[in-house]
Amino acid sequence: MAVEKLESLLRDAFPDAPALSVEDRTGGGDHFQVTVESPRFDGLPLLEQHRLVNDALAEPLRDGTIHELRIKTKGTT
Amino acid sequence: MTEVSERIKDTIENEPVVLFMKGTPQFVMCGNSDRALRALREAGAPVTAVDVLPDPSIRQELQEVSGWPTIPQVFVKGELVGGADITQELAESGELRKILEDKLGPGYADGAEEQVVDVLSGTRA
Repeated sequence: MAVEKLESLLRDAFPDAPALSVEDRTGGGDHFQVTVESPRFDGLPLLEQHRLVNDALAEPLRDGTIHELRIKTKGTT
Repeated sequence: MTEVSERIKDTIENEPVVLFMKGTPQFVMCGNSDRALRALREAGAPVTAVDVLPDPSIRQELQEVSGWPTIPQVFVKGELVGGADITQELAESGELRKILEDKLGPGYADGAEEQVVDVLSGTRA
């Protein structure tokens, strides 16, 4: 399942995330809403926060697993 | 450097606000592109749109230039602002208007018109 795969990639990238979720928005397994709260985002501009998420999901973004991605990030401070 | 890549760079560097999107403002082909376009319109931005769908090379070359993996992508004065989520968040918090004002000047919305640049042929409409 794609959701589990994305979740595990994000867990690897944000091991200390107090909140992390991946939602299959359409049930089709390729439109996702990703929500991550992590101390890694603290003090970073939104663009860099999203860049970290994109980096963590680089492979599924490249191979077409992810057709559409929505990202919501939050720092812990 | 390919012609397409050069036109992409030219557009980013020379147009005040550029939206790389799926479809055109008249015929949007993707929900995320639509959200970014709406956010920019609400902020009164003079949008120059580039449709990435006519050829896969546009997307590839754009990713090389910007280092950003997804569509849409919004640039203001040559600088990447972000994708749909960031643009929408910034619009909702009022920050987008501030960015536009800082970079383009307070009169940025006066007479703002939308245009579409075709990076395959170099034509605009």
